[in-house]
Amino acid sequence: MAAQVASKRRVTRFGLLPAGKLERREALWFWFFISPWVIGFILFTAGPIVASAYLSLTNYAPGKSPEWVGFSNYVSLFNDRIFWKSLQVTSYYTLLAVPLGIVLSLLLAVLLNQKVPFMGVFRTLYYLPALLAGSVAVALLFSWLLNPQFGIINYIIRFFVGPQGVLPIGVAGPRWLQDPNWVIPSYTMLALWGFGGGMLIYLSALQGVPTHLYEAATIDGATRFQQFFKITIPMISPVILFTFVTGMIASFQVFTPAYVIAGGTQLGAPAYSSMFYVLYLFLNTFQRYRVGLASAQAWILFIIIMILTMLMFWISRRYVYYEADEEGTI
Amino acid sequence: MATQTGTQVTRSASVARRGAWASKKRQEQIIRIAATVICLLGLIVILFPLAWMISTSLKTRAEVAKFPPVWIPRIPQWDNYRVALTGQNPFGRYFMNTMFYAISVMVAEAVSCSFIAYGFARLRAPGKNALFVLVLATMMLPTWVTLIPQYIMFSKIGWLDSYKPLIVPHWFGSAYLIFLLRQFYRGLPKDYEEAALIDGANYLKIWARIIVPLSLPAIGAVTIMSFMYHYQDFAGPLIYINSQINYPVALGLQQFQAPFGGTRFDLMMAASVVSIIPPIIVFFVAQRYFIQGIVVSGVKG
Repeated sequence: MAAQVASKRRVTRFGLLPAGKLERREALWFWFFISPWVIGFILFTAGPIVASAYLSLTNYAPGKSPEWVGFSNYVSLFNDRIFWKSLQVTSYYTLLAVPLGIVLSLLLAVLLNQKVPFMGVFRTLYYLPALLAGSVAVALLFSWLLNPQFGIINYIIRFFVGPQGVLPIGVAGPRWLQDPNWVIPSYTMLALWGFGGGMLIYLSALQGVPTHLYEAATIDGATRFQQFFKITIPMISPVILFTFVTGMIASFQVFTPAYVIAGGTQLGAPAYSSMFYVLYLFLNTFQRYRVGLASAQAWILFIIIMILTMLMFWISRRYVYYEADEEGTI
Repeated sequence: MATQTGTQVTRSASVARRGAWASKKRQEQIIRIAATVICLLGLIVILFPLAWMISTSLKTRAEVAKFPPVWIPRIPQWDNYRVALTGQNPFGRYFMNTMFYAISVMVAEAVSCSFIAYGFARLRAPGKNALFVLVLATMMLPTWVTLIPQYIMFSKIGWLDSYKPLIVPHWFGSAYLIFLLRQFYRGLPKDYEEAALIDGANYLKIWARIIVPLSLPAIGAVTIMSFMYHYQDFAGPLIYINSQINYPVALGLQQFQAPFGGTRFDLMMAASVVSIIPPIIVFFVAQRYFIQGIVVSGVKG
């Protein structure tokens, strides 16, 4: 019976519908259930992707009909200093915020995993900032905390290491969001404030590592550090990879804090040091109405993210450990 | 003689082992105490900005600009809240707009994603896995790639300055939540479904009568995540909403940013405090579902 079903399935492996009556009915129901997604995919994803590829090859602006210009949008982007600046700003931010966020949240997860009392309360409270980190309220809050004159963070720095401080080395706090060299570290602080989101994921990954591995290692005389680097890290490496990829994709598209802190008018200030990639894309679309150019920007972003994702999966093939899963990897 | 030393050796070894065991236990205790202390200190650092937000919101204008700073305002200025939320910025209206937006999307996503996820989780059809890979791939797609053509499309049909462009697409599912629900559905036992099929029920009935009731916790997680995200959404309304009367809270807050140091931080923080209260309440009420959802999506990814 089972063999018969299997052979029937094999016969029509490449068709859209299988041969058996019951199987065909089930397949039709499958298409019925996923039909909203298929329609949405065509209308809101696939169609727009194609359209944006086309627009990127035109000099479209609102109210005019698109005029074919070939690759000249791409050429003018490659000759645009601010475009390169935006790419540099975003890469710097990603390289700073994503790895630091992963290390911090992994450390916190390991700490909380030490049978700390009231673990549930800690977990909830540490997660709270992650819940709010993307909001306008928090972007405004950080612009206030980091205010060079009246901000509390510079006061604390002055209190501890200022000229009359506890440890009088005479170091003054930087001008944070107003100093081109400190802008990206400031945005990184904002991003790191929400590191509880990663912690939650790592914590449950840590709890999924079989305890017998640690027991065996202890008997063999492995130290805690050896156990961490030889057991814990390899066992949760798929989760680390996942958070790395999603974190990178998200930080390449950071927009809200930079727009809010700039007040929507002085985008990229000071000296383009906060001109994140997507902020420049927004500026070209909705303030300069250079829609064709912005579409080219969007497509370059798409390609960058695709290449980085594939690169990361390719590099990690050597380092990431997957346990055999009968259901397949997804 | 030989046996004597033998037993001696074993005895001293066992004493040493007991000593090692005792110190091991002690070591564990020290580690636990150290971990707790570090976690507590970290918590203070992490929660301090929120405390500072509340403190600022209750200060007078003079206290805001005082140096060294005032930690706790001498007389809490509750009136700041009234000034911040009324007047030029009708926050009551903004709040209604935000709720309308967040709840509409939440309902749309809960219904559509649980529907679509059922197909991917339980029904067999050729090409299903390839399609699901496509669903996952769309998660990696930057939203800004599709944004410009979508904007043009919605402006052509006259949907600008309304929430329609921000709500309607969610009736067609969202990859992340489909993925999450599919993971949950796959863990449900098949018995009920098979029994129902034998009794002549069709798959639509099975979805509505069996799968949805069994997966209410997962659907709860999905709805909360959806609500949180859209309650705080800024970029979407910024692009599609023009007139102030249609603003959500996120755009209203932005209004407090004034150029050249004219920002009233006391009022800005007062409005900010009010704006984060609803998500915090929802989080504490439903945190079990919420945390579960994040964990499922992260670990099984």
